[in-house]
Amino acid sequence: MNLVFETVADASAPLARRNPVAKLGAALLFTLPLVVTLDPVTPGLALAVELAVLPLFGVRLRVLARRAWPLLVAAGGVLLSMLLFAADHSGDLLFSVGPLDVTTGVLSAAAGLILRIFAVALPGIVVFATTDPTDLADALVQNAKAPARFAIGALAAFRLLPLLGQEWRMLTLARRARGVDAGYHPVARLRLFASTGFALLVGALRRGVRLAVAMDARGFDAGTPRTYARVQHFTRADTALVAGAGLTCATILTVTIALGLFRPIIG
Amino acid sequence: MGEVQLRGFGWRHAGRRAWAVRGLDLQIRHGERVLLLGPSGAGKSTLLAALAGLLPEDSGEAEGTIEIDGLEPRKARDRTGILFQDPQTQLVMARSGDDVAFGCENRGVPAGDIWPRVSDALDRVGFPYPINRPTAALSGGEAQRLALAGVIALRPGLLLLDEPTANLDPAGATLIREAIARAAGPDTTLIVVEHRVAEVLPLVDRVVVIEPGGGVRADGAPELVFAAYGDKLADEGVWVPGFRATPRKATVAATADLVRTEQATVAGRLPPVSLAVGAGEVLAVTGPNGAGKSTLALLLGGLLAPSAGRVTAFGDKRPPHKWRAATLTQRIGSVFQNPEHQFVTARVADELALGPRRLGRSPGEVGRIVDELLHRLRLDRLAAANPYTLSGGEARRLSVATALATAPRLLVLDEPTFGQDRRTWLELVALLAELRDEGHGIVAVTHDADFTRTLADRNLALGEAAPDPLPRRLRP
Repeated sequence: MNLVFETVADASAPLARRNPVAKLGAALLFTLPLVVTLDPVTPGLALAVELAVLPLFGVRLRVLARRAWPLLVAAGGVLLSMLLFAADHSGDLLFSVGPLDVTTGVLSAAAGLILRIFAVALPGIVVFATTDPTDLADALVQNAKAPARFAIGALAAFRLLPLLGQEWRMLTLARRARGVDAGYHPVARLRLFASTGFALLVGALRRGVRLAVAMDARGFDAGTPRTYARVQHFTRADTALVAGAGLTCATILTVTIALGLFRPIIG
Repeated sequence: MGEVQLRGFGWRHAGRRAWAVRGLDLQIRHGERVLLLGPSGAGKSTLLAALAGLLPEDSGEAEGTIEIDGLEPRKARDRTGILFQDPQTQLVMARSGDDVAFGCENRGVPAGDIWPRVSDALDRVGFPYPINRPTAALSGGEAQRLALAGVIALRPGLLLLDEPTANLDPAGATLIREAIARAAGPDTTLIVVEHRVAEVLPLVDRVVVIEPGGGVRADGAPELVFAAYGDKLADEGVWVPGFRATPRKATVAATADLVRTEQATVAGRLPPVSLAVGAGEVLAVTGPNGAGKSTLALLLGGLLAPSAGRVTAFGDKRPPHKWRAATLTQRIGSVFQNPEHQFVTARVADELALGPRRLGRSPGEVGRIVDELLHRLRLDRLAAANPYTLSGGEARRLSVATALATAPRLLVLDEPTFGQDRRTWLELVALLAELRDEGHGIVAVTHDADFTRTLADRNLALGEAAPDPLPRRLRP
C-alpha cells in the first residue's frame, strides 16, 4: 500500500502551480462565507465559479467525480433525511407519497444543504489533489512561518500511515493464528476489534518513538536555524490568487444580499 | 576528529535497578574502526546512544565521563552520525533526495551546498535510483542504504552503526556493508555493533568486548581477541567467525501428508505453488525478497485464501482458511516473523494459557501445559513478565511456545532465526529437530543458509521477485 494516488490533476496547470499556502488560503477564504448563509443561491453561485476554474487547476472532471463519490452519498443522505424529517413544510405541495408531503420549501432547503456540501468540499479536494504533501509542509514552514517541528513532524508521521494498514492486516491474521476469532458474535467482534486496535496503537507508538529518535539524531529541532533545500516562493501571482478568491466570494455574497435571498445562519 | 574517550562511564536508565553499562574505560583514536561486542544485554546499544548524544539527562543516571573530541556527546552531535537497524523508522520524507537533504537542512547547511552533498552521499552508498524516487517504493536494503546516505551527508567524524544489517536479507546486508566501506573514508572513526561477526570483520581493525556486569573484557586486534575469548563469546551467543553447526536431519522418512497445495496462487503476491509437507520432515522455503515466501507461509498456515488453486490439509474437505480459529490452532501453528504481532495478553504465562483455554481445557490441564512449555523453552523466570518487555531471543522462544501450546501437528514459521543470537539459534534448531523427530511437520521460510543446511530435509526455492509493483510518482 502507498499514498500515491492516481493523478487527479495536471501539476503544470496555471493555478495548480501556485504556492500551496496560497491555494490553501484561497480555499479557506472562498468557502468560509458559504457557511454563514442558509440560502441555496450563494452555494449555487460558488459551485458554478468553482467548476468554472477547475480547468485552471488542471483537474480532470471524470477522475474528480470518481474521487468525490463520498460526497454524492452524503448528498443522497441529506436529501432522504430532509424528505423524511423536515419540520418546515412550507411552500406549495408538489406531491405526496403516503404520509410524506414534498413541498417546494423542503426541496429548496435540501438543495441548499446539498449545494453547500459540494461548494465547501470541492475547494479542499482540489487543493489536496493538486498539492504534494512535501510542498505543503515546506510552504507552511517557509511562507506561513509554521513551526518546522509541527509541519515536518506531521509530514514524517504521514509517511508512516500506510504501514498502519499493513500492520492491521498482520495483527488480524496473527490473532486468528493464536486461536482468537469472534465468529458472528457481535460483542466478541467488538472486543476483538478493540484488542487489535490497542495492539496497533502500541506498535504505532513504538514506531513513532524510534522515528523521533532517528530524527533527533539527524539534528531535527535541535535549535540550529534550519536551511531550506527546496525553496517555496510566494509570488505576486499567489497574492492575486488569494485576493481573487476573497473578491469573488464577496461578489457572490453581495449578489445574494442584493437579490434579497440572504438568510444568515444566526439571527 | 572522531576521538572517543570514556573514563569509568556508566549509565542506568530511569526506573531500572541494574546499570545498562558501567565502569567503561576506553579510548578510540581518530579513524579507528571498532567492532563492539558483548552478549545480549551487555549495553552495546545504550553505549552507542550515549555516544550519539541521544540519552537525555533526565532519562537516567550517569557516572564517569564520556567525551567526543573533548566534548560532552550532546554538545558534539554535529560530529556524530548513527544508523539504526530498522530502515522504516529512519526515513522521514516522501522522496529519496529530500530525505538525505533533511539532516543537512536541520544542521543549517547553506542551501546551495545541500544538493551537491545529497548526490555525493547517494553516489557513495550506491543508491540506484534518481533523487525523486518515492521512499515508499524502496526495498528494505535500498531504504537502509538511503538512511546511510542521510547520515554520511552530514559528514560525521564518528559514525555509529547499531546492527545496520539485522533487518535485511543476505543480499541487502552485503550491499549495506559495501556501502559502509565506501562511505566511511579514512578520516571517519567507525563503531559497529553487529551480531554477525564474520561478515563485518573486513570493515574493522579492532574488537572491543564489553562485559555484561561492567567494564571491558577484551580489546585488541580481531584475531587476538577471538583466539583468547572466542569460545566464551560463542557460549554467550555471539556469532564468532568459523561457526559450523552439526546437521540434524530426519532419520526416518516422512509419512502421511499433513498439508498439500495444488497450483495454489495469491494474485500479485505468489505464483502457483504445488507442494506437500508430511509428518516428520522440515521443509525450508527460500528465495529472494518479494518472491512470496511469507505469503506462502500465510497460505499454509490457513490464514489466507488462495486466489486460484487448492490448499488441503488434515484430510478435511474444507480448506484451512475456512476453519474456525480453534480448529486451526489444534492442527496448524503459525509463528510470525515479528513475535510481537502475536502477543495478546499482558503476561507470559497467560500468553501460553490462551490457546488451551480457548479449546476448553480444564484449569489443571492448562496449568500443566503452561509449566511444561515454560520449562522447555527456558521461560520459567519470566512467567509473570509482560511479553512486550522481553528481549528478541526471549520473545522468539515465547512465540514458538504459544504455537506449541495447542499441540498442532504442523508448524509454519516465518524467519524463525532472524536476528537471533547464536545461543537462541542453537536452541531453536535443537527444539525444531526434536519436534520433527516426534512427528511434527515443519515449514520454515528462511534466508538463513546455516539453518537450511543444518535442519532442512527438503528445500523449496521460490523464483525471482516480481517486478516493482509500485507506480512511480509523477513529478514535473
